[in-house]
Amino acid sequence: MSFGKVLALAGVSLKIRKGEIHSVIGPNGAGKTVMMNCINGLYRPQKGNIYYNQQKINNLKPFKRAKLGIARTFQKVEVFGGMTVLDNIRLGRHIHFKSSITSGSVYLGKTAREETEHRTFIEEEIIDLLEIEHIRHKPVGMLPYGLQKRVELGRALALEPELLILDEPLAGLNLEEVEDMARFILDINEEERWNVSCLLVEHDMGVVMDLSDRVFVLNFGNMIIDGTPEEVQNHPEVIKAYLGEEDLYATRR
Amino acid sequence: MEITKDLTIPKLFLKQARKYGKDRVAMREKEFGIWRPFTWHDYLENVRQIALGLISLGLKPGDKVSMIGDNRPEGLWSEIAALCARGVGVWLFQDSLIEEVKYIIAHSDTKYLFGEGQEEVDKAISIFDECPKLEKIIWDDPKGMRNYDQDFLISLKEVRRMGRELEQREPDLFEEMIQKVHGDEVALLFYTSGTTALPKGALLSHYNMLTMGKNLMAVDPCRETDDYVSYLPFAWIGEQMMSISCGLQIGYTINFPESTETAQENIREIGPHVMFAPPRMYEQMTRTVQVKYLDATWIKRKCYELSLKIGYHVADLKFQKKPIPWYWAFLKWLAYIVVQKKLKDHLGLSQVRNAYTGGAAMGPDHFRFFHSLGVNLKQIYGQTEVAGISVVHRSGDIKFDTVGIPIPETEVSITEDGEILTKSPSVFLGYYKNPENTEKTLKDGWLYSGDKGFIDDDGHLVVFDRSKDVMTLSDGRPFAPQYLETRLKFSPYMKDSWVIGDKREYVTAVICIDYSVVGKWADEKKLTYTSYPELTQKAEVYELVEKQIRRANKDLPEAARIRKFINLYKEFDADDDELTRTRKLRRAFVEKRYQDLVSSLYSDKDLVHIDTTITYEDGRKSHIKTDLHIKNVGD
Repeated sequence: MSFGKVLALAGVSLKIRKGEIHSVIGPNGAGKTVMMNCINGLYRPQKGNIYYNQQKINNLKPFKRAKLGIARTFQKVEVFGGMTVLDNIRLGRHIHFKSSITSGSVYLGKTAREETEHRTFIEEEIIDLLEIEHIRHKPVGMLPYGLQKRVELGRALALEPELLILDEPLAGLNLEEVEDMARFILDINEEERWNVSCLLVEHDMGVVMDLSDRVFVLNFGNMIIDGTPEEVQNHPEVIKAYLGEEDLYATRR
Repeated sequence: MEITKDLTIPKLFLKQARKYGKDRVAMREKEFGIWRPFTWHDYLENVRQIALGLISLGLKPGDKVSMIGDNRPEGLWSEIAALCARGVGVWLFQDSLIEEVKYIIAHSDTKYLFGEGQEEVDKAISIFDECPKLEKIIWDDPKGMRNYDQDFLISLKEVRRMGRELEQREPDLFEEMIQKVHGDEVALLFYTSGTTALPKGALLSHYNMLTMGKNLMAVDPCRETDDYVSYLPFAWIGEQMMSISCGLQIGYTINFPESTETAQENIREIGPHVMFAPPRMYEQMTRTVQVKYLDATWIKRKCYELSLKIGYHVADLKFQKKPIPWYWAFLKWLAYIVVQKKLKDHLGLSQVRNAYTGGAAMGPDHFRFFHSLGVNLKQIYGQTEVAGISVVHRSGDIKFDTVGIPIPETEVSITEDGEILTKSPSVFLGYYKNPENTEKTLKDGWLYSGDKGFIDDDGHLVVFDRSKDVMTLSDGRPFAPQYLETRLKFSPYMKDSWVIGDKREYVTAVICIDYSVVGKWADEKKLTYTSYPELTQKAEVYELVEKQIRRANKDLPEAARIRKFINLYKEFDADDDELTRTRKLRRAFVEKRYQDLVSSLYSDKDLVHIDTTITYEDGRKSHIKTDLHIKNVGD
C-alpha cells in the first residue's frame, strides 16, 4: 500500500486466528491504521490480498465486509454527536434489519416482533455489558470522551461481528476508564455469548501484553515480528524500535 | 397491627405474602430499560428457595450472613431468607474498602457472604484467608465470573437449586423454621458508621425492628398503594426501616433503580409517596435546581424567583402556624401551576406525602426551600441503636431548628450535662463482642446517645451536635460547627465544608468546592483549568467562595463569623477516612490529617505547602504536592 511515493505498508502478512486477541503495535506513523483501513475496506491495497474466512475480500465495499462480520472502532471517535446513545447503537444494528421501509412504516406483526427482538438484544447484551444505562437517552456529543468511546464500541458490537477491529480504544482515557475498557475487551473476547476475535491497535504496552494472545510489530510499514507477547518483548529489534523509548510509550501503570 | 414478642420479621413476611399472593406487586426492578414487577408470591418463592438453600449449605441458628452489593431484589431476598433460616443479617456498604470489609466480616464471624458480582467476589476472595469463619461466598451476576473456580464460591442459582431439592424432601421445613423464631432473637447485626473509632456492631432484635416500623407509621401512616424507591445503601439503618420495618407491615411496593447512576431519573419515573434520605440527597436536589436556574432564560428565571418568593412567604406563615389569607393561597396555587408542579416533577417529588431527612444536620435554608415548594419535609432524629428513629416532626408542626417530638412508646430525656437519652421498645440489645461499650451506652434501658441537645418550650427536641464536636467560641459561647457548615452548603458552589474554631481566637473554614458547578461557572468565565486541584486555587474561585461565605456570615454573631478559609485541593472522601460511609465528617481524623492547614489558618501565612498521598478505591495511592492559598473574609 503506498500513497504517492510513500510506501505505507509493504510485505506484511498478518494472520488472525479465530477467538484470539491479536495486537498490532508500532511507533507513530508505522502504518497501523493504514493496515486497519485495508482490512476494513476504507483503503484498497495496490498489491497483495486480504482473505476473510477463505474468501478473498479485496474488492468488497466496507459495508459488504461489515455484513461478513467485520466491525471496527476508530482512533478518534466517529459517533453521531447529535443522536442519542441508543440511536447510535441502533444504527449499528441496522444491517440486521430485514423488514423494508414500507412494512417498517406500518409497524405491525413481523416487523414489530423484529424490532422488539433487536431492542432486547441491544438492551440485554450491549447496554448491560457496557454499563451505559444512565446515558441511554443522552446525545452522544454531550458525553465525556471516555463514554463516547464506549458508545462507539457499543455500535460496533451491535453488528454482532466475528472480527472486531479496535483502533486505539484506550487512547485519551483515564486510568479508571482504561481498566473498564480492557475489561470489556476481555469480556467480548472470552464470554461465550460473544467470542469475538479482536484486532487491537494500542500504545499502552501494559494492556497490550496483558490482553493479547499474539502481538504483531510494525515499523515504517514493515513487519518486525509476529509472535506471543513474551517473544515480542524479548526481540532485540522491537526493544530498539519501540519498547526502548521508555519515556514516549511508558505504560500508565 | 399488634406487635407482640411472638411476632418476627419472617412470620410477618409469610403472613403478608400469603395475604397478597399473586395479586399485588411487592417490588419492582428496572432492568434492561423496563420496570419488571415481582408479586408477593414471587417474593415468597425466592426467599423460600434461598432460605432452604442456606440450610442445605449448613446454616445453623444464630450464624451470621453478610450481604454486600447495590440495592436490588436479590439483596432483600437474601436478607429475608437469612432471617427465615434463623440466621443474623449483616449488611456492608457497597463501596467499602477491603480493610473495612475484612474488619466487619471477621468481627461479625460471618459464615456466608452474599456478593453481587465480580467486584464483590474479588473483595471477598482477597480477605477469605483472614476470615476463618467465612465458608461460602454466594454470587449472582455472572458477568465476568467465567474464570473463577475457587470451591468456596457458589452461585445463587446453585443455592436455589439446593433449596428446591430440600423443599421436595421436606416440604414443611420452611414454615416450621419460621415458627421457631422468637421476637427477642437477634435479627440484624448492624455496624455503626463510627465518626471516631472502629465501627461497633449493634444487635437488633425482630421486636426492635417491628416496633420501629409500627411507631413511625403511627405518626405518618403509609398506604398499601404507596410506592417507595429503595436506592440508599441497605447498610444504612434508615433504608432497613423503610424497606423492612415499614415495608413488610404495610405492604407498599419497593422499587429498585436500574443502577446507582440512574437513581435520580428512576425516582422521577416512579414518583414515590414516601422518601427518607440523608441531607446530602436534598442538598444535591437543591443544587440541581439552583444550577438549572442559573442556566435558564430571563423569563424563566423571573417566574422562578416570583414563585419562590410566594412559596417562602406561605411556608413561613405555616411555620408560624398562622392562617394563610385567601389571596396568598391563590398566589400559591398560581405558583404551583406555573412553576412548582413541573419543578417537583423533575425532582421526583410530585407525589411525596412525607419526606424525611436524618442522619446528619440539615440547614434551615434547605429546609425552607423544600417547604416553599410545598414538599412536606420533616427532620427525624435517630441512630442505629434504636433501629431507626426516635423523634420526628409532625405535619403542621415543623420548626426547622428542631428534630420534632418523640414517636409513640418512646421517651426522650436530657441528662444534666445535656446528653440525649432515649428509651423505647426499639432500643437495641447491645454491641456485638463489646460489653464495655454496651455498658457505657445502655443503662437501665436508657440509650446514651453521645449527642448534645435540649428540649424546647414546645416539647421539640433540639439536637446540638455530637458532644465532642461542640465548639467554644472566643467569647465563651458554645457553638455547633454543623450549623455553620450546613449554612455554607446552601451555596451551590460548595460541596463540603469543615468549620474550625474550638477555643480559638476566630472561626475558620476549609472548603471543598463542587467540581461540576464551579467548573461550569469557570467555563463561562473563560477560566482555564485542567484539574480539581488547579481549579480550587484560582483567584477568581477564591473570590467566588468568599462571596458565598460572606452571605453565610450575615446575621451571625460576631464571634461565630468565618474569618479565614482555604479551598482544599480535593473533595472529602469516605475512601480516605475523612467521611463516614454515610458522609459525616470525621472531625478528629481530618484535624489530625490536615493539622498543617489548621495551624496555618491561625498564623500570618497566606500559603500552605501540601505534600500528601491519596488512596483510590482499589487501594492504589497517588502523591500530591501543591500550594494552597489562605484568604481572609471581609465584612
